[in-house]
Amino acid sequence: MNAPEKLKLASSAAGRSVPHESARAQVSGNAHYVDDLPEVRGTLYAAPILSTVAHGRLLGVDSHAALAMPGVQAVVLASDIPGDTVLAAFAHDEPIFASDTVQHIGQVVGLVVASTVMQARAAARAVKLDIEALPALLDVRAAYAAQSYVLPPVFVRRGDAAQAIAAAPHTLSGQLEVGGQEHFYLEGQIAYVLPQEQGQWLVHSSTQHPGEVQHWVAHALGLANHAVRVECRRMGGGFGGKETQAGHLAVWAAIAAHKLGRPIKLRLDRDDDFSITGKRHPFAYDYTVGFDGAGRICGFQLLMLANCGFSADLSGPVADRAVFHADNAYFLADVDISSYRLKTHTQSHTAFRGFGGPQGVIVIETILSEIARQLGLDPLEVRRHNLYDAADTPNPQRNTTHYQMAVEDNILHPILSKIEQSAHYQERRKAISAWNAANPVIQRGISITPVKFGISFTATLFNQAGALVHVYTDGSVQVNHGGTEMGQGLNTKVAQIVADELGIPFESVLATAADTSKVPNASATAASSGTDLNGRAAQYAARNVRDNLAQFAAGLDGCGAGAVRFQNGQVITPTASRPFTSLVQQAYANRIQLWSDGFYRTPKIHYDKTTLTGRPFYYFAYGAACSEVAIDTLTGESRVLKIDILYDAGTSINPAIDIGQVEGGFIQGVGWLTTEQLVWNAKGALSTHAPSTYKIPATGDIPAHFKVDLWDQPNREDNVFGSKAVGEPPFMLAISVFEAMKEAIAAARGDGAVVQLAAPATAENVLRALTASAA
Amino acid sequence: MTTQTIRFIRRGQTVALGNVPPDRTLLQVLREDLGACGTKEGCGEGDCGACTVVLAEPENGHLRFRAINSCIRLAHSVNGMALWTVEDLAQADGSLHPAQEAMVQCHGSQCGFCTPGFVMSLFGMYQNSVCQGQSIRRSDAQEALSGNLCRCTGYRPILDAAQQMEQLPAVRIDEAALLQHLEQLALIRSAAEPDFAYKSPRSLDELTSARAADPGAQIVAGCTDVGLWVTKMHQHFDRVLDVTQVAELRQIEPHANYLQIGAAVTLHDAYTALVADRPQLHNFASRFAGLPVRNSGTLGGNVANGSPIGDSMPLLIALGASVVLANTHGTRELPLEDLYTGYRTNVMAADEVLAWIKVPRPNGDFMRVYKISKRFDDDISAVCLAINLTITDGSVTRASIGAGGVAATPVRAVQTEAALTGQPWTLATAHAAAAALRAEFQPISDMRASAAYRSEVLGNLLQRFWLESQGQTQINLAHFDVEACV
Repeated sequence: MNAPEKLKLASSAAGRSVPHESARAQVSGNAHYVDDLPEVRGTLYAAPILSTVAHGRLLGVDSHAALAMPGVQAVVLASDIPGDTVLAAFAHDEPIFASDTVQHIGQVVGLVVASTVMQARAAARAVKLDIEALPALLDVRAAYAAQSYVLPPVFVRRGDAAQAIAAAPHTLSGQLEVGGQEHFYLEGQIAYVLPQEQGQWLVHSSTQHPGEVQHWVAHALGLANHAVRVECRRMGGGFGGKETQAGHLAVWAAIAAHKLGRPIKLRLDRDDDFSITGKRHPFAYDYTVGFDGAGRICGFQLLMLANCGFSADLSGPVADRAVFHADNAYFLADVDISSYRLKTHTQSHTAFRGFGGPQGVIVIETILSEIARQLGLDPLEVRRHNLYDAADTPNPQRNTTHYQMAVEDNILHPILSKIEQSAHYQERRKAISAWNAANPVIQRGISITPVKFGISFTATLFNQAGALVHVYTDGSVQVNHGGTEMGQGLNTKVAQIVADELGIPFESVLATAADTSKVPNASATAASSGTDLNGRAAQYAARNVRDNLAQFAAGLDGCGAGAVRFQNGQVITPTASRPFTSLVQQAYANRIQLWSDGFYRTPKIHYDKTTLTGRPFYYFAYGAACSEVAIDTLTGESRVLKIDILYDAGTSINPAIDIGQVEGGFIQGVGWLTTEQLVWNAKGALSTHAPSTYKIPATGDIPAHFKVDLWDQPNREDNVFGSKAVGEPPFMLAISVFEAMKEAIAAARGDGAVVQLAAPATAENVLRALTASAA
Repeated sequence: MTTQTIRFIRRGQTVALGNVPPDRTLLQVLREDLGACGTKEGCGEGDCGACTVVLAEPENGHLRFRAINSCIRLAHSVNGMALWTVEDLAQADGSLHPAQEAMVQCHGSQCGFCTPGFVMSLFGMYQNSVCQGQSIRRSDAQEALSGNLCRCTGYRPILDAAQQMEQLPAVRIDEAALLQHLEQLALIRSAAEPDFAYKSPRSLDELTSARAADPGAQIVAGCTDVGLWVTKMHQHFDRVLDVTQVAELRQIEPHANYLQIGAAVTLHDAYTALVADRPQLHNFASRFAGLPVRNSGTLGGNVANGSPIGDSMPLLIALGASVVLANTHGTRELPLEDLYTGYRTNVMAADEVLAWIKVPRPNGDFMRVYKISKRFDDDISAVCLAINLTITDGSVTRASIGAGGVAATPVRAVQTEAALTGQPWTLATAHAAAAALRAEFQPISDMRASAAYRSEVLGNLLQRFWLESQGQTQINLAHFDVEACV
């Protein structure tokens, strides 16, 4: 199996596979999530009132029946909002509660507040909405035709793609449809809002962005930010779904709490969560590509249609990232990309692991394999042939992205070679070909796809972080930082980094809840950047305390501070060795500061968001996966048979956690591309609104052979501990599964036709791709 | 109307809860009444497993352990049982149970919200496998954990943890003491006043009398569907009639020509018996929901519920099963497919209950059952097709075909059967039958599949059946073995 590699640095807290800092609490039921916190006396429960029409005029809300139901205390509507009735999202285009128009089925019109959560939910269904239906846009191509935008389109061009295509020996045009994805965090959205003294508020929110929850709640209540404190110890999963969406819950609950003067808990029923919250953006594409006889792309025209739903939310940066990653790992000489951000009457689609990256990567991977099949070449060779120049190439010619950033750290050439060998790709490709010739019912396919993923928030200002490190007089240490823990192991890694810096055991360091009253103005924990940013800030904070202690020890022993070392729980000078705890006690007695802040801002990055050019990313993370699948040509069913992954985590701070992120991200990507189908009915209602109908991968979907290796070289940029980010990039490696399915479909067809497979590759979509007449 | 005090054993102590409404769920009682918040609600419909707890009750002198979904289980149904939640496994000194320790060592938790459910499913496996001296294979773990969803890990470390449990120092439950304690609880129960809002009769006579006396009471078994009427549809039940404690309905009686399966036998146990007769059903059985649902839900509940996408009925129709209905006057027996009159309606009178399902035993027939769903495990069928042919001297002498997902009720494919019966079993006949099957039903389009796909696949599955009848293997991905490919 895949037990994580043992430590390279046995004496150091960082670099080791220590278990997640909450693991023992989690397996014992003692890890608290918002719904588990002891409730304050007087707490009431809220449930949302949802629009039942995709687009319409809201003429009236009849609450009489609901108010007469057992336990019901109040109905809360837009008229109850004390501050701005529009959410403080950056586009300022989303009403907190729908009041005059409704724009999707599931849009929140208000809340019912009752003595129990089930009473509130039952009563919310009894509120009668008088809605005059208006025409609804439910299809992204219809929205494009209608020029229905949430934000203006963006165009990125280099060279003359049309001319390059015209001059190319071969061309290929096509369309692709890629579905969205429900986050399905196991802990649904929740907020618990408690009125405090003197107009202050405490919000327990399951959020990736406490600072934004604070800002939004204050804005809706008409208060200064300092009056609102937001705390989040942990989330039961986030995946981007609690970046902005958690803020809505907190604002809604706060308005109810304000109206009633009572603590309010708002915990969404899973079906409501599906109906209300945004998903990964579904995309549609038109492409034309020109290429030479070796499959090298000369010209590339791409139209990207992002289905954004009814409001902008994060659609701008999501669609931007889709543009940035439309190259994936490949040099595009002449390129012309048009990106449209389309308004439809559905949930407002939002951040989801990869943040548009997957929607960029999948289209170029689709094109490259199709080029290979058209030319009768191995797709791996075509991919390799289109890669950016390797990092060590003298006088690189093909290393500038379409957004004018130089790719200086490309290690995909050796990564692809290594996985090609370790996964026995060539031998298996031959064996699979022989199988397919002899076994017409079950057809197999294999594919290797790479990923190059840009690390940093594309909005440069978010690339900053703060932390606090407190050393107590018994030598125990607390660290607090602006990041949030959603399972990714951020707190574990940060504690490892702090322990490493102070030379003390991991167990001596405790990470505490994210809290807007400790580290202010923190960015969302997103963009895979949690450890890069917060880990560095915490390292700097710990370093400040260490410097204070080093100076103090140096003074005691008459040496330079630079000669003092911190390791194995000891502070060592050239003449003495003291336990860390003893030195701390001595330092306290001598009035030495034993706590500090730390602040970090990512260097080198800059980016012009009007032209989408610059250096948006500090570095790239790389990886590759080799996946083998089988499809049933009778039914379209498919199975993943084998997975090999090689991932570039730099110098891993915690190999077990990094492998966990790689595996989890990959399988989540497999779900996106296989079983996780979002279906909206003709009226615009999401029919797949619960796990009974929306199928994320389960235990049986994991092949026995599922092997992850970490690429063993440090980050070429100066990043904390030499590590690289790991949260999002592995998600895109699941495209190897989709590509392997297309290989199997092409083998089954045997007619050389372009494989028209829509994502997700459900059994029905696969059977359609197998049987559709050649275009 | 009052309710009986619920008594169950937790951490060696009797927990007694009075005045619990008959439709209150076990999860609500745990989290809200007992403040035991270790058990989580992920979906409220038994599909994610975050709420998994373990129950034990005496069965043939031993303790029978079952992991179940507490979110859709009615609290009164655990009266007289022993219950474990995730808080109950660690020793007083904080040392972890192997189900927990293995999860820590294998890095099996990330966000941790699904973790209590996984730990409890692992605990159930530990009791049923490791404590019985059986090793847990990876495939066993995949089957037993398919009702627990994790969105973070990709499952590999959790599957590792399942296999690691047996390597850790053993932790045993004192079964004798617990059995004795449960017997004491049973005495309290049998002495209790029977006229309560939540009735759990112990005999068929008591059941039919109660049914006759109050046909308006909501009848429940494992509650794996009725539970959702409470949690999702906000229905209230003033009176509940629980069939799961009726002794006659908890039995599986093997007869020479048929198995008689009590309506209250769990899906897990019923399918275990069916698989013992027909090993080819193993995979299908393991794909019926997840184990916590199979441990709670009953075969009788699946049949009486009559959902057009319930998986038992196509199989039972193809096997030629019949149902026995009972009331205070006696019983009557009818073919399963005749039970249904329309979408979730049936011929049962107001005073009747489903008592037994009689399933003919193998008789030289060739039978297969196929399920098409978006996900292999723990999913509802888009199409379910069970085909059972008796082939004598190269001709089809008997054809029995059940289908699900193609009509308002589970149905028998009578036209296709007619197209097969008496014909030589050849490729041409199979093709003709496939065409007949595609034409026989007018399925609907919904979120699971389009009507066109359903019709097309029905015929294609008959083709698969033909190929399997010709001895072809490795043509069904539900049990495809890549290592066996040459």
